[in-house]
Amino acid sequence: MRLRRLKDLLASRLMLSATVFSALLVVFIAIGLFLKSRSILSIQPLNKLLFSSSWHPLNGEFGLYPFIMGTLWVTVVAMIIAIPLCLLTSIYLAEYAPKRVRGVVKPTIDLLAGIPSVVYGLFGLLLIVPLTQSIAPIFGITTNGYNVLSGGIVLAMMVFPVIISISEEVIETVPYGMREASLALGATKWQATKLVVTRGALPGIIAAIILGFARAFGETMAVLMVVGNVAKAPSSVFDPAYPLPALIANNYGEMMSVPQYGSALLFAALVLLVVVFLFSVGARLILVRVERRYRVG
Amino acid sequence: MDKRILEERFFKVLMIGSTFIVVGSLFALFLVVVLKGAPALSLSMITQTPKGGYYLGKEGGVLNAIVGSLCLGIGATVLALIIALPAALFLQKDYIGGSRFATVTRLSLDVLWGVPSIVYGAFGFIIMVYLGIRASLLGGIIVLTLLELPIMVRALDEVVRRVPQELKYESYAIGATRLETTIKIVCRQILPGAVTAVLLAFGRGIGDAASILFTTGYTDRLPHSLLDPVASLPLAVFFQIGTPFPEVQQRAYASAVILLVIVLLLSIISRLLARRFTKYVIR
Repeated sequence: MRLRRLKDLLASRLMLSATVFSALLVVFIAIGLFLKSRSILSIQPLNKLLFSSSWHPLNGEFGLYPFIMGTLWVTVVAMIIAIPLCLLTSIYLAEYAPKRVRGVVKPTIDLLAGIPSVVYGLFGLLLIVPLTQSIAPIFGITTNGYNVLSGGIVLAMMVFPVIISISEEVIETVPYGMREASLALGATKWQATKLVVTRGALPGIIAAIILGFARAFGETMAVLMVVGNVAKAPSSVFDPAYPLPALIANNYGEMMSVPQYGSALLFAALVLLVVVFLFSVGARLILVRVERRYRVG
Repeated sequence: MDKRILEERFFKVLMIGSTFIVVGSLFALFLVVVLKGAPALSLSMITQTPKGGYYLGKEGGVLNAIVGSLCLGIGATVLALIIALPAALFLQKDYIGGSRFATVTRLSLDVLWGVPSIVYGAFGFIIMVYLGIRASLLGGIIVLTLLELPIMVRALDEVVRRVPQELKYESYAIGATRLETTIKIVCRQILPGAVTAVLLAFGRGIGDAASILFTTGYTDRLPHSLLDPVASLPLAVFFQIGTPFPEVQQRAYASAVILLVIVLLLSIISRLLARRFTKYVIR
């Protein structure tokens, strides 16, 4: 008996350390990136790093502004495309779709989540880049197709599964009684959905959108392949952009040769981490609250 | 007709339309990539390593990348499982369950799930510099392990949570310790779900490019030791599409098809295995 107790104790210690390691990984990453970006922070003040637009690594000027703007442009365009499509799709799946349709569509969307990002990038090169190139002349603009819009469309596709699966789940947690109450008062199904269900699910839907935003913010390879990579803040969707992750990916070779350059790139990674961290913690806290409300109620 | 019914119809059309766009974009992706890649797909693509002048459009295949990706994926998945399984089991009610520590751990893992893979890549690069490892299979495995870890723990945790508590009580009632219950009852009960979780993480790991960009290097040879640099399929796609030669770009499409097939196979296998392992489920 004593042996079995001892085994139990030992095993739970091991499990504890595995858990602590997993939980602290995000802290390790943050500390690692921070220590490495300290050398650039000591040379240049934070606001100059973030808001200066002169990126001349060889002269020791590391302004990340064009890259931050590039990331924001691409991500916002992606969200503008993705949000209406995802919300309508998830409402359809949760409220309207017949069982058979759901049975086909949901696994398909899960599949979308598992496709490697380089494959999205290839798809972008093959279809989206020529597409935006041929659309642009309608607005009197010429572009080679490598622009913010192409990046946004590809990114939108990549966040479909994130937003749809979470918001669909949230919509389903809205208690059935709420719908019935609304229908009993003579509302049409759409009115019940619009006024009761989506309103009840709103915090969860917002959380889903935030998580989609965070995912889009850090996506690297697919965007890098279609967005043009010109280090200048874009001023229209048909301008090329150079997002932060692409900057890191394209210049990793310099990380080893020029110490300051490397430090600036790792600082860029730290910026990505901090933004994604804030967004996902916010979204998860909303989701936890949503879950609790309906579990109790 | 009633205005409200018109509104209902209008939105229903919109909803069905968006569902079509979402699902259609997936089919478009498959169609475009496979149509482009299939003609360049040949037996030599998957059985040969690049020969001299391969990147100018001459003989060879991407066996180096296929083997490399499998080594990276399997290595990382095994390592991640070794850490993830105990962690997921520790999140049971019987250990730390509903405590604040468990909530924080879950939150932290959810955040990690969303951390961009390029950040893992940068962090992996720092570790490798610190440990003095050059770009190698080992470096890639370390980074992918970290990348897969949160995915696997969270997916396993969801499965473990669904084990009925009474089942464990029955085991405790006949005198089993927590460890014995966990190994003999819980692990058996979660088998179908665990297979899905592990293969999900494997698929994520094998398809990721940004995290291994700095950490694995790239080579035309097959890996012989953990410290050799190693090729991988996602990077093979990326590098080949970047060359100016149409023949080589064709091979990028073909490599993407191979990668897609692997990812699809994983998803199918996980569904089949999950169904098969259901027979071990106690109830």
